[in-house]
Amino acid sequence: MIYIQIFLAFFYPGILGYGGGPASIPLIEHEVVDKYGWMTTTEFSEVLALGNALPGPIATKMAGYIGYEVGGIFGAIVALLATVGPSLLAMLILLNILYRFRQSPRVERLSSFVLPAIAVLLAEMTFDFVKTSYDMIGFIASILLIIGAYVALEKLKIHPAYVVMIGLIIGGLFL
Amino acid sequence: MARQKEIFIAFFRSGILGFGGGPSSIPLVKKEVVDIYKMMTDEEFADVLAIGNTLPGPIITKMAGYIGYRVGGWIGLINALFATILPTVILMILFLTTLNQFKGFDFVKGMTNGVVPVVAVMLGVLTWDFLKKSKNALGWKIGSILLFASIIGILILQLHPGIIIGSLLAVALLLPVKKEGNE
Repeated sequence: MIYIQIFLAFFYPGILGYGGGPASIPLIEHEVVDKYGWMTTTEFSEVLALGNALPGPIATKMAGYIGYEVGGIFGAIVALLATVGPSLLAMLILLNILYRFRQSPRVERLSSFVLPAIAVLLAEMTFDFVKTSYDMIGFIASILLIIGAYVALEKLKIHPAYVVMIGLIIGGLFL
Repeated sequence: MARQKEIFIAFFRSGILGFGGGPSSIPLVKKEVVDIYKMMTDEEFADVLAIGNTLPGPIITKMAGYIGYRVGGWIGLINALFATILPTVILMILFLTTLNQFKGFDFVKGMTNGVVPVVAVMLGVLTWDFLKKSKNALGWKIGSILLFASIIGILILQLHPGIIIGSLLAVALLLPVKKEGNE
């Protein structure tokens, strides 16, 4: 049953993604690319780039689209429910309990202890993308685009939507 | 009914204007929920945000669902979730399926190549953000120990990320709290 796989693929990132939507991106990649092989790293990068260029929460955009690709409209619904449902349910049930212990240092540090692991997962993914880029368009083109994108995003503070669009156009014309 | 309309508008606006993933729309949600519609006070909002952050999963849908529920019951919950998620998911599906139809063309193939380095930069920046956050939240010492442990677990031993995250959560709960005096 493909829908069960879709559910599981998004249930884990949803329930393990500490630190909001972005923290679950490497977890989604792990399931979708490595485990189930629904997409290649390149296809995943397109989805991620477009997701970053469009407004709104990233985890649900990715889930909705990938669910749709793999299992149609119903797949999209399953993926969205798996992403949103468990953590929301936990929020509704646990809010009263956690509210009582919200001053406890143990509860306070729950989300901070996970940050280094998320950083490592993101670093691993960054490396994958650099490698994919190197394999596809070579060293010089990759380096130029990486430096260009970095300057545009971080120094000039150009909106990600425009940077992605410029990347798409440069790629379309020259690569 | 008027309340439900307010819930929808509040979360529709903060969803569609939040570029850069869920966390970037938190200030927008606060503006709508606290300043414009006065559904809760500043302090209540801060509490919901703090607890939302200690739980896993996308932050914005947790906030939307919970606030929707508090203000408008179960219908409010569904309403707020739909308003947050649906518009951007539909945009995403429309854009990508259109793009896929033209996949055979060289121009579209090139576009794919051009976007990979851009994504690499975005992820690199995100990685740096999380490293900075770890340093700020944990300090150099604990931060580096946990970072080093994660590197060993994830990159060298190739353990499933779930195992790493689960263990870190267990450590956070079980470790004695005396040391750095966070209280």
